[in-house]
Amino acid sequence: MTTLTRGYRFSASHRLHSARLTASENERVYGKCNHPFGHGHNYLLEVTAAGTVDAETGTLIPVARLDRLVQDKVLSLFSHRNMNTDIPQFSEITPTTENVAAVIAEILGTNWPADEPARLHRVRIEETGRNAFELLVPSHA
Amino acid sequence: MAMFVTRRAEFSASHVCRLPSRSEAENRALFGEDANPNGHGHNYVVEVTVEGEPDPATGMVIDLKRLKEILEEEIVAPMDHRFLNHEVKPFDTVVPTAENVAGEIWRRLESRISSPGIALAKVRLFETPDLYVDVVRA
Repeated sequence: MTTLTRGYRFSASHRLHSARLTASENERVYGKCNHPFGHGHNYLLEVTAAGTVDAETGTLIPVARLDRLVQDKVLSLFSHRNMNTDIPQFSEITPTTENVAAVIAEILGTNWPADEPARLHRVRIEETGRNAFELLVPSHA
Repeated sequence: MAMFVTRRAEFSASHVCRLPSRSEAENRALFGEDANPNGHGHNYVVEVTVEGEPDPATGMVIDLKRLKEILEEEIVAPMDHRFLNHEVKPFDTVVPTAENVAGEIWRRLESRISSPGIALAKVRLFETPDLYVDVVRA
């Protein structure tokens, strides 16, 4: 199997807080990530496509096409935004990086070009250089 | 228990991704800046992962000195500080996208590394820190 992975960077802020938890539970679960005004990170997003390498063009997916999709649908939504207040997907759910990965996978899956032979295989996000979250997209999806 | 051992190597090379059969606009759409006609370069990084059981006597899956020599002979010596399209086969006729360079590295290494109990498991080729291709054993 061959995959192609492209890395993208965006800066955004968030606050980890769940409406389903009490104030003290939020503080205990999320620690300093629950501080009331939020905080930010320089995120590294990796998007992986899987498929076969076209015999003529030597490409699995044209990188420029993947860049356009991620720029238009993801980076334009997340870059220099407050996730809790600016991104509708987080009006009900907490923008943990697990949930950010799931939201980005959902956005990319929904907007993946219908005529693109390669498929979305993986979304991986580093919130800082010391933690990473990875989501594998089932091949039948 | 099978283990995976990874060795990294680096080479710097230039390439150009263009198909003579396609128009300028098509080449741009497919390859972006990689289609600039006179070529450009990258610091390529390749990570080679070998799978096997550690030998009971040596405690090693593969002799890393030997693996280093194979990477030197098959990748670094022929590709480092070269223009891939002009100096490294098959890229005189095959467009040297990251996908094709990774595939060629896989082909060069597989027969050198695979032996009873040892398999080439993965080749990861970074064209830049933000673009890499994985070839994984089926």
